[in-house]
Amino acid sequence: MDLKGQSFSWCVGGAQGSGVDSAANLFARACAFGGFHVFGNREYYSNIIGEHSYFEVRISDEPVLGHTSSVDLLTTFDAETPFLHLDQISEGGALLYDASLVDVPLEKLPTIEPRAKQDLAKMFDEHGLPHTLDAIIQLARQRNISLHAIPYEDVLKADDALGQLPFSTLKRMVNTMSVAASFALIGYDFSYFHKALEAIFQSKPKVVEMNAKAAQLAFDYTKKEMGEPTLPQLKPLEVNEPRVYINGNQAVGLGKLAGGCSVQTYYPISPATDESTFLEQHQSFDVEQGDDGSILVLQTGDEIAAICSAIGAALTGARAATSTSSPGFSLMAEGLGWAGINETPVVVTLYQRGGPSTGLPTRSEQADTQFALNIGHGEFPRIVLASGDLEEAFYDAIRIFNYAEKYQTPAIHLLDKALANFGKTFSYFDLSKVEIERGALLKDSQLTAGADFNRFSFQENGISPRSVLGQPGGRTWYSGDEHLEDGHMSEDPINRDRMMEKRAQKLVVALEEIPTEDQYTLHGPSDAETTLVSYGSPKGALLEAIQRLNSSGHAVNYLQARLLSPFPAQAFTEILSKSKLKIGIEANFSGQFSQWVQQHTCVKMEHLVVKYNGRPITVDEVEAAVLNILSGNAPQKVVLRHGI
Amino acid sequence: MAFNVADYKTSVHNNWCPGCGDFGILNAIQMSLMDMQLDPERVTVFSGVGCSSKTPHYINTYGVHTLHGRVLPFATGGKLANPEMTVLAVGGDGDGLGIGAGHFVATGRLNLDITYIMFNNGVYGLTKGQASPTLHLGQQTKSLPNPNIIHEINPLILALSSGYTFIARGYAYDVAQLKALIRQGIEHPGLSFIDILQPCPTYNNINTRDWFGGADRKGEDGKAMPRVYKLDPNLYDPLISAETTDEEIHQKIAAFFAKATEWGDQIPSGVLLQNLTQSTYEERVIESLPKYKKNPPAKRQIESDNKPVLKINTILDELRVA
Repeated sequence: MDLKGQSFSWCVGGAQGSGVDSAANLFARACAFGGFHVFGNREYYSNIIGEHSYFEVRISDEPVLGHTSSVDLLTTFDAETPFLHLDQISEGGALLYDASLVDVPLEKLPTIEPRAKQDLAKMFDEHGLPHTLDAIIQLARQRNISLHAIPYEDVLKADDALGQLPFSTLKRMVNTMSVAASFALIGYDFSYFHKALEAIFQSKPKVVEMNAKAAQLAFDYTKKEMGEPTLPQLKPLEVNEPRVYINGNQAVGLGKLAGGCSVQTYYPISPATDESTFLEQHQSFDVEQGDDGSILVLQTGDEIAAICSAIGAALTGARAATSTSSPGFSLMAEGLGWAGINETPVVVTLYQRGGPSTGLPTRSEQADTQFALNIGHGEFPRIVLASGDLEEAFYDAIRIFNYAEKYQTPAIHLLDKALANFGKTFSYFDLSKVEIERGALLKDSQLTAGADFNRFSFQENGISPRSVLGQPGGRTWYSGDEHLEDGHMSEDPINRDRMMEKRAQKLVVALEEIPTEDQYTLHGPSDAETTLVSYGSPKGALLEAIQRLNSSGHAVNYLQARLLSPFPAQAFTEILSKSKLKIGIEANFSGQFSQWVQQHTCVKMEHLVVKYNGRPITVDEVEAAVLNILSGNAPQKVVLRHGI
Repeated sequence: MAFNVADYKTSVHNNWCPGCGDFGILNAIQMSLMDMQLDPERVTVFSGVGCSSKTPHYINTYGVHTLHGRVLPFATGGKLANPEMTVLAVGGDGDGLGIGAGHFVATGRLNLDITYIMFNNGVYGLTKGQASPTLHLGQQTKSLPNPNIIHEINPLILALSSGYTFIARGYAYDVAQLKALIRQGIEHPGLSFIDILQPCPTYNNINTRDWFGGADRKGEDGKAMPRVYKLDPNLYDPLISAETTDEEIHQKIAAFFAKATEWGDQIPSGVLLQNLTQSTYEERVIESLPKYKKNPPAKRQIESDNKPVLKINTILDELRVA
């Protein structure tokens, strides 16, 4: 059977360091090799080894937009995952577990959070069940979840060759075996598993060989023991285009390379660092013309230095960026103010994570949105561009350099942990869709060597022609103090007014020039009575939710903001005036973007749907919340609480 | 065309206090640039915030007056992106060793070809004379309500342990020596640190021009015996080169410590250390980006007819799954 527009959700969980990511990577790639569209959501603790992590992979024969709260197959090789994820298994779903672990007591699992442990103990007591994994198996049986026990170690030991290996070596292969067993359950062509295994471990033929053997044992064992299939049996699809499977950090990194970013600075911080690592891995690259392309990646002593070094580089004419997450962004406030008053095009890629303070270091939130819109003391223009999915993240990573250079101002690319770690299959990106626009950057030939130059010359549109450090004929000064046209310090009140007005004018021009399709998008029927208002990572969940809602007889559209600063207030006012019920949906406590809309349009959302537990908003959460609001029974503020 | 010293001066009104030590340092910088005949358009002077950080406005090169304490990260970004530029960083001791101490250390580890000139006067002048990181414990300069109860830092030793490969000390009123030190610093291939003793006539009434000059200690001939003295090249050799043996290096570091900790009636000046054995950051970058110098970030071609030049498919092929 094929999925015919339906999806299949698979989840693998386990202790960090035990190969959960590799397992998910294998599953996702094998599905992609077989022609499926893949979407991945990765969840993990701020921890190196031992805490619970999981990876949800959703596949379909059509592009997958987001992830759901439930999973059709929960694949495990530890004791903890079934305890935590049982409730998530869908009706008609399946659980794959290690048969040798059924007697493991709940109390012996130190990494289950105390609250979860208490809830589970209470539930077991209410059902008169033992406090062991067996209780979960019994509860699953009651829910008609199909159960597949595999004794990983026994299966390996029964093999003449692998059985001789030490336990520590065998243990490292159970993740691979769990994927192989999963493919047995969905009747998937096992050759794609081999293809994925080879692609991932291509430099380690020994690892490939051993894992392939262990996987075959798990696949055969499961085929033999599984009985009649209960899950969809997936047949590979034909693909007529090349595709990649990438995550958000990689999408942004690729965008930076395409956009001509030549200097990237960073200080290590989750979940931003993988982008800088990706760039460093690709620091030399092929280009169509001229010398080899390159990007210089500088690890600094802290985020203050990261922003300041990026600005220093930007002053020389290099396209320069820094990439960070919430606490690091806090340290960049003064640097951004300097770039603001000095009209310096510097790009900050901000992956928001759960705050405040260290907060939830590896979880997602959209709680730095007002901060990004207001960061820095004093008033200065900045571009804030929020991508909603990985494709936008790629193209926006290119466009934002254009905006930064054209309007000579700091530009913040607003993302979050969810987008950083979402994975998705894509057709190849098309660079003919984008241009590199460098704005009023002067060529040497436009300047006269030795002559004076006014970097901050007054212009009607606020945008002064720009020289760069070291350029003959462009000699000028920069100062964090208010300054004259030549950059020298000045406290003259008339000059001050003119400079403030000049800088502010640039955003007026930006809003006129940036194409509306890059400012916002109204998805769904334009005349719908209900409008969901959002930005950033909830996009996928919202798009699929409005499809579901509209196909079940409701009229709902979704206004997605991309350009938050300057804000297209007039367009928002017009669109929202046509809607009877406006619902702000975002991943933070207070509805920061809805407040921003209200501030600019005087339009207040009738309802807020918010989420702040650090886990990204799912498709079914949005659908259920909107239905609840439409039924008239919902409070003004609806809090989404799904998450493990 | 030869540049004369006027080519390095701007017409901006200088608002330092009369008699400020900063004037001597400013003159010395301008004179060393002229000595070296550096094209003013190929030089950028970065600064932090404070009295001395106004320096770039008075020098007719590119000038970047940054944030308090952040001069080195800005200068690092500029130099890395355009390595052809001569980069000077200037600022006070509060700027570099107080709020900017982390950057002082982190930048030392890079050994990038920048010359960092510290105007060291023991006080935060522009905010009216609070104790700075180099004011000694127990001292009470005139605007302090009580004696300083925070221990001083030794900039020279901090520079050594941070990895600066050229470490010198000058005195604001010995412009001839300063000029030579700054030139040596610029010519040194790695990161140079020049600690300049700079009397603040308004707020530091202890380490004054008279005090440095020894006006209070007259010799038998009735002449003042200056506290600041020049290191004798016959007695002190600061150079560590490829030929220096490990044993000699140990001796030189010991001698450096002895000189760096001298204070009070004997304050050494001159080059205290020049280490040519450390690779520069540029050299380390070139190991993985061989065309870095020829094709630095500031000069890279990123578009052709406004289209990106990246051959993206080469990278996408690595990530291909179907």
